[in-house]
Amino acid sequence: MDIVLPTAILLLLILSGFAPFIQQAQPHRAGLLMAVLPAGLFLTLLGRLSAVLAGQVFTYQLAWAEALGVRFSLYLDGLGLLFSLLILGIGALVLIYGGSYLHGHHQLGRFYAFILLFMAAMLGVVVSNNALTLFVFWELTSISSFLLIGFDHEKEGSRFAALQALLVTGGGGLAMLAGLVLLGQIGGTYEISQLNQMADILRASPLFLPAFLLILAGALTKSAQYPFHFWLPGAMAAPTPVSAYLHSATMVKAGVYLLARLSPIFSATPEWQTLVTGFGLATFLAGALLAIGQVDLKKLLAYTTVASLGTMVMLLGWGSDLAIKAAMLYLFSHALYKGALFLVAGAVDHETGTRDVSKLSGLRRAMPRTALAAGLAALSMAGLPPALGFIAKEVMYETTLAAQPVSGWLTAGALIGNALLVAVSGLVGLKPFFGAAGQTPRHPHPAPLSLDLPPLLLAGLGLLGGLLPMTLAAPLVQASAQAVLIQPLKVKLALWHGLNPMLALSTLTLALGIGLYVGWQPVWGFTARLRWLGRFGPAHAYQVGLENLRRFAAWLTYRLQNGYLRFYLMTIILTTVALAGLAYLRSTNGLILRNDWGAINFYEVVLGVLIILAALTITRTRSRLATIAIMGIVGYGLALIYLLYGAPDLAMIQFAIETLTVILFVLVVYRLPKFTRLTSPPARLADFLVAMTGGLLMTLLTLIVTARPVVPHISEYFLQNALPLANGRNVVNVILVDFRGFDTLGEITVLALAGIGVYALIRLTIGRRQVIIPPAEEE
Amino acid sequence: MQTVLLPLLIPLVFIVLTLFAWNAPRLQRMLSLFGSSALLLAALSLLAQVQTGEIAVTQIGNWPAPYGITLVADLFSAIMLTITGVVAVLVAIYSLEGIDENRVAHGFYPLFFALLMGVCGAFLTGDIFNLYVWFEVMLMASFVLMALGGERAQLEGAIKYVILNLTSSALFLSATGILYSVAGTLNMADLSIRLPEVNSPGLVTTIAMLYLVAFGIKAAIFPLFFWLPASYHTPPVAVTALFSGLLTKVGVYSLVRVFTLLFLTDVAFTHTVLLVLGGFTMVVGVLGAAAQYDMRRLLSFHIVSQIGYLLMGLGLYSRAGLASTIFFMAHVIAAKAALFLVAGIIRRVSGSFDLRRVGGLYRDQPWLAILFLIPALSLAGLPPLSGFFGKLALVRAGLAQGQYAIVAVSLAVSLLTLFSMTKIWMEAFWKPIPEKAPSQNREAGYKFSLVFPALAMGLISVVLGVLAQPVYGLADQAAGVLMQPALYAAAVLGGLR
Repeated sequence: MDIVLPTAILLLLILSGFAPFIQQAQPHRAGLLMAVLPAGLFLTLLGRLSAVLAGQVFTYQLAWAEALGVRFSLYLDGLGLLFSLLILGIGALVLIYGGSYLHGHHQLGRFYAFILLFMAAMLGVVVSNNALTLFVFWELTSISSFLLIGFDHEKEGSRFAALQALLVTGGGGLAMLAGLVLLGQIGGTYEISQLNQMADILRASPLFLPAFLLILAGALTKSAQYPFHFWLPGAMAAPTPVSAYLHSATMVKAGVYLLARLSPIFSATPEWQTLVTGFGLATFLAGALLAIGQVDLKKLLAYTTVASLGTMVMLLGWGSDLAIKAAMLYLFSHALYKGALFLVAGAVDHETGTRDVSKLSGLRRAMPRTALAAGLAALSMAGLPPALGFIAKEVMYETTLAAQPVSGWLTAGALIGNALLVAVSGLVGLKPFFGAAGQTPRHPHPAPLSLDLPPLLLAGLGLLGGLLPMTLAAPLVQASAQAVLIQPLKVKLALWHGLNPMLALSTLTLALGIGLYVGWQPVWGFTARLRWLGRFGPAHAYQVGLENLRRFAAWLTYRLQNGYLRFYLMTIILTTVALAGLAYLRSTNGLILRNDWGAINFYEVVLGVLIILAALTITRTRSRLATIAIMGIVGYGLALIYLLYGAPDLAMIQFAIETLTVILFVLVVYRLPKFTRLTSPPARLADFLVAMTGGLLMTLLTLIVTARPVVPHISEYFLQNALPLANGRNVVNVILVDFRGFDTLGEITVLALAGIGVYALIRLTIGRRQVIIPPAEEE
Repeated sequence: MQTVLLPLLIPLVFIVLTLFAWNAPRLQRMLSLFGSSALLLAALSLLAQVQTGEIAVTQIGNWPAPYGITLVADLFSAIMLTITGVVAVLVAIYSLEGIDENRVAHGFYPLFFALLMGVCGAFLTGDIFNLYVWFEVMLMASFVLMALGGERAQLEGAIKYVILNLTSSALFLSATGILYSVAGTLNMADLSIRLPEVNSPGLVTTIAMLYLVAFGIKAAIFPLFFWLPASYHTPPVAVTALFSGLLTKVGVYSLVRVFTLLFLTDVAFTHTVLLVLGGFTMVVGVLGAAAQYDMRRLLSFHIVSQIGYLLMGLGLYSRAGLASTIFFMAHVIAAKAALFLVAGIIRRVSGSFDLRRVGGLYRDQPWLAILFLIPALSLAGLPPLSGFFGKLALVRAGLAQGQYAIVAVSLAVSLLTLFSMTKIWMEAFWKPIPEKAPSQNREAGYKFSLVFPALAMGLISVVLGVLAQPVYGLADQAAGVLMQPALYAAAVLGGLR
């Protein structure tokens, strides 16, 4: 049992709760102060690298909802460690950066709270061993992302983007939940480390493929894979530190993490290779191509993030040892340079007031530190030596070249994508800083150290990682790749691989990329004319879908809940007839109806006719009052029937209840408008038919039941025991007041309630015309 | 003293006491706190008693079953009573501020206790006709509560409410009459033994359908739910919260009771019908919610949608399914009541229930935002709140039975639920205050008696999530009893105690 992991999550959560208060107490230093916790946790976990590298795992378990498969079980291996270090390290930097970036913002406290909440949740995702606990944290990252994207909540665009991200990732999350539950039910456990050991058993189940597809849906939506990628550029509505942290360095990699984590179960299947590699490649290309034409620094970075996520997914999909190594290396280097570039973009935006790359130039004199960070990060993004990105790209080409039989396709795709990345890295890393100073809304000043240091650190690490790959990158890559493959793997990284095909490809990539960078203006101008193609894209489909859903919901609701009591009653009657009829028709009992009617008394006929006539009259009357009065006739008629059959007690009750009901109805109905006849003759005919089917059903049921022999069971007991045990000759009376006196207690209560109702309604509405009701509850 | 009787006697006594205190509104308010607390304590002691595995039974008037009326408390009943007690206490507190003097002066509290009495009676009775009687008590009490105040919208809502519910009563009564003539008994334990022996199973299934419609109206399932969205938005929020927590749930309780105890002769048909209706109820309800702009209407449609989830567990007809339904019931009552109470606070603070006329609450009222967000996310089934575990339990039960369609529907609907919850969030909280908004009034909303119940209900949702294991364990135990009708029958008919 390792207490550090749960403690880390708990501490982050607690700090999240206190963040707004810390911000109030220390408005200038809160970010820096709070960054101490993730930084400390970062160092603590870093200290475990050598142990993890040697194959040790750290675990923690706590019972939660075992009966539902949810166990709070944590597990730190190489993969989790790589992610944890990124989450905590970049998290600490973002707290410092954010405090400065949003300095003076009245919701800065909430910003800290949500960032820390996210940090805890994301850490939870990557150290959870229980699939359902992982899902719990997964959803928490979605919620914190929602709250952060909508940070500028008074802007409609932010709200739209926040909802879009939530619905897309949330929808994928639900599919994933179903998939995880299926997987757990096949395997009999939700512990991922155990599931990873039983791939063969899992694969034998017919539910294996559905489980895989459902989980894949979760991973693809979360990691913004095509065609779900569109929420990620939208999420750029968030403040830039959020984009750097959640939407490039960590959260969007959760899908990649999940695929990597579960790849021991799925990766040997052909479906995995085809689908995951295919989605990855499609995303890679889509992201890179969509970046063309963007002039907003953040949008440029967002689309290249989509492309890079595609790369990682593609590599994981391929799944060879080399591919896994490439994926992990790429992931690491991407987090460093992309985080840095986002932070740079934020600093530029903060100091100049614009993120439009066509307007930005020559900033290196005003913002030298920012320019340095940008240059270093762009070096890595472009895959140039000596940055870590160069090694990552080399290993990636090595993988695609070896990827028989589709190496040609993959390599060509990678070449196009990488060349575009080179061009974009020029645009975001060089263009704003070189050349003549451009016109910006604000006169550029050097950014404060707190805005420059975090990107410098990240970009510098990317450079050092390239220079000293065996010290800085290889251990993490090896630890994580081992965890993905669940077998030892020796990772060697070096800047210089000798003259080989990969180097040639790199050179070609660079040449293409530089060409594109030089000629970016005409290309960008051309793509601007292709914007209409977006109408066929998934983002548009989402919007249309949502709009149609709203419209359908309104239409359906208006149709069903249309305010007509008549319609409601008809639906109920028809439902009754349909269900009861269906149930009866299913049986093979046949239809045996009563045919012995016995002696019919004259009074019975009169009463029956009276009741039927009254009922018919109701359908003809136009006055609500008259309706109620005639309904009273029906009720009193029924009471008379009780009298005829020798139950005066029942009749008395019926009389009393009828009287009260009539009064009560009159009081309520008094204020309602007069009946107007709104229905057409055909509609009235339909009403008549519905009413008749309802009546027919009940009549038939009565006839069927009375055709059966009488079941004497409890009535016998009443007849025999009324006198000896209850001392009463009137059996009905005894039943009412003794055998079933409890019913009578309830009915008396009903009567009393009706009395209160009558009184209250008279007093509160009719007695005083002006009823004073405090405005608080009145609409 | 029979503990089984207490949950009925306490409300009865307090009806009488509050009637005696007719002219002393403050005393009535005090009494409501005492009475509801006493009810909660009684329910808890009953829960402790039956949690050991006992089914507590009492024969009214010592007439032996099946001739007299039997009160039965199995674990399911006790859980429902406990939930009722909690809702009663919190609504009583909310009503201190939330119900105006006029309504108190015109019988609000006697009606409040009468409603509780009807609800408790329905949960306790072991006699199908007696159940009808408690339905009538509930109906009359709720009708007057709904109309109390006499606002025009209230009366219109109340009319629809009472007419559609009387239709349910009529069906219930007819079905009971037919059932009696088929089986010759009204005692449910006795019925559970005699119904399988009736030589006309088709007739029994037909009767089952009549009960399905009668209780389905009460439970507000598709396509019988119309009365609910037509009326729930009209009375004061305290009343709506009380109704949302209790009324439809009695309908669901009754469905569970009769479809686990009485009508098991054609499970393939009856429970499939339940499952299908559950699916439609979820979808239609949530779409209705998505189309609303009045918070109370929106939340009312959500009640309908969530009833579908309760039906799903019953329709699956497995121990896991029933356990999920019971767990979900506890969750949804708390989350729903919390949301209604918060909506009431929003109304007091911002002046309107209409989402188009309010805004800016996130900026200015962060605590209110938290108060709303917890139950809203819980209702949408987000972890680690109670709604997630309810959903997870249902999904697990559904997948275990191979009922993939209903699982898919339930998951899709939970996304739509999230969507409609974000609608309130976007409009009332995130959006800037619209120009024509009514003036804000913070003091009116932030009174202890208003905030505490809303907060407590929200916290219940958190606690049910954290303590999912013991709570689900209890639900599972209750489901185990439900799946063995013979236990119930033996406890009732086993002789006098």
